[in-house]
Amino acid sequence: MKLQEYRSKEILARHDVPLLAGETATTPDQARAAAERIGGPVVVKAQVLVGGRGKAGGVKLAATPDEAAARAGEIIGLDIKGVTVKTVLVAPAADIAKEFYLGLILDRSAKAITIIASAEGGVEIEETARTNPEAILRLPLHPLIGLQAHDVRRVSFFLGIPAELRKDFAAVLTGLSRAFIEADADLAEINPLVITEDGRLLALDAKIVLDDSALPRHPDLEAMRDLNEEEPSETAAREAGINFIKLDGSIGCMVNGAGLAMTTMDLVKLAGGEPANFLDIGGGAKADRVLAAFRIILDDPNVQAILVNIFGGITRGDEVARGIVEARAGLEREVPMVVRIVGTNAEEAAEILRQASLITATSLDDAAAKAVAAAQGVGA
Amino acid sequence: MSILVNRDTRLLVQGITGREGEFHSTAMLEYGTNIVAGVTPGKGGQSALDGRVPVYDTVVDAVRETGANASCIFVPAAAAPDAMLEAAAAGMSLVICITEGIPALDMLRVYHVLKTEGVRLIGPNCPGLTSVGEAKVGIIPGTIHRPGPVGLVSRSGTLTYEVVQAMTDAGLGQTTCVGIGGDPIVGTSFTDVLDLLNRDSATEAIVMIGEIGGEEEERAAEFCAREVRKPMAAFIAGRTAPPGRRMGHAGAIISGGAGTAESKRKALEAAGIRVADSPSQIPQLLRDAGVG
Repeated sequence: MKLQEYRSKEILARHDVPLLAGETATTPDQARAAAERIGGPVVVKAQVLVGGRGKAGGVKLAATPDEAAARAGEIIGLDIKGVTVKTVLVAPAADIAKEFYLGLILDRSAKAITIIASAEGGVEIEETARTNPEAILRLPLHPLIGLQAHDVRRVSFFLGIPAELRKDFAAVLTGLSRAFIEADADLAEINPLVITEDGRLLALDAKIVLDDSALPRHPDLEAMRDLNEEEPSETAAREAGINFIKLDGSIGCMVNGAGLAMTTMDLVKLAGGEPANFLDIGGGAKADRVLAAFRIILDDPNVQAILVNIFGGITRGDEVARGIVEARAGLEREVPMVVRIVGTNAEEAAEILRQASLITATSLDDAAAKAVAAAQGVGA
Repeated sequence: MSILVNRDTRLLVQGITGREGEFHSTAMLEYGTNIVAGVTPGKGGQSALDGRVPVYDTVVDAVRETGANASCIFVPAAAAPDAMLEAAAAGMSLVICITEGIPALDMLRVYHVLKTEGVRLIGPNCPGLTSVGEAKVGIIPGTIHRPGPVGLVSRSGTLTYEVVQAMTDAGLGQTTCVGIGGDPIVGTSFTDVLDLLNRDSATEAIVMIGEIGGEEEERAAEFCAREVRKPMAAFIAGRTAPPGRRMGHAGAIISGGAGTAESKRKALEAAGIRVADSPSQIPQLLRDAGVG
């Protein structure tokens, strides 16, 4: 789960990372009041999780509270890559002398938490990695001990942190590392970390991505989820315990297992169609979850056909078939449905489906082709 | 012949009295797996699976009484890291963790402790493995297999079953099929299993099922180019997956342009491995390579 900048900064501040926190605002008046409290020039920043907000006009300087209100009025309601800005962060503006990138990631190849640091801050780290890989230091931390003093020194010297700021830098990196571990993060980055004209070291922007698997033990962080940037159907799916991602096509997919769900999407595409979603219903394909999944899929008006692909394995196919037929009876909208069930009692399952006038398929390729044809209104 | 598990495997199941643990242990027993013990703290002295398997409070007790040498873990995510460490502390040489949803930082510690102690870990968030006709450990349906010359390694669950079923239907049997798991941190990599299958005399050909995310498939491709002379076929799931979105598995995410299906496909093809467009093409690719 991605956290907004102001949430990420809240977490870093708890771990004593020096930053200019600022205040959030959802109206121009609130932005003016925030700027008055802050005093002096401020920067007004759209709080969105998608990248490239600066280029999209989502970050603006304001010299006075009235200007802050005006800039907030321009930014709130702005569409940035499909997301409508609802909240801005009003933060003190800083005179930047030098910018750095400092991040921690869960590095699956190194099997470690790895520091990524670069003296070329303020730009996308992926861009630096492409154009100038020598400018990046990647330093895996000891998996059982964590950040050590010599790690901090190494990063500090690599970045060329001036002697008088090395102690402050140690506090930044130590705080970032503590925040990463305590929040169970996948990524925690400060970009840019800056030295100001008056010689202070400050985190100007921050981004934390949390490990979804660890969220159950962090109810306080779960509460930071921004539903404004989540598809309502994805919220509903999450609450029903279904893995769902909305896409742009016309063929709804309901599959058990993530790898098989991706494969089903790939085969729909290969058959000339476009998948409307990724959906992994999980083990067992229980009747109540099947119904919830159908509702979520059909909530998308683009969906013209549904492809159900269940590899039953140990689960009994006839039970899954009955569940599907039952769930379908409770649906408000009807679209052609192609159902493939593999596993124990697959033949009984096919018979139950045929009697309910659903389209059946034995192979996955065949199922994908039939779903594409059904969505186009032929052969259904 | 086979790899990792066989007729001599003396299996312990941690969480044997839970709903999943009991259901799948019954299926393992029916397949012929030698389950010698179960562990559920507080239920020591009882028995499980209709009196067929004794239950102990601790893994140490189970090992002392039964000589168990491998453990299959079905305990919930919050307790699974400790269960893995308990198995390692009790001297298990092989631990298979089926549990999904384990926090990555917990796995990081467990990974390094087990590695240091020389314990082979499969998973977590994996379907387990089957050495066909010898032992099935985990949740892979036993009915989809037939004995034969093909070894398989995969990051997925049901997609693995799909490919195995397609091979069995086409008359291509298997030696050992291993699901390594879909999490970012797993104990055993593609390369580890490929190395074992490559050395296994009964395995004449190898199938690899990957998916988007990470760089393990690319590393495996390098290993295959260097070491493996057995015929191979592969499939990569997620060609249509959008970047930046986690596709169910915590490990299946395209980030910063890395981990795409296309980059994996290219790496595999550069290593001389045929990559299928659909799981159903795998048997034909193997036949084309002279298998069966």
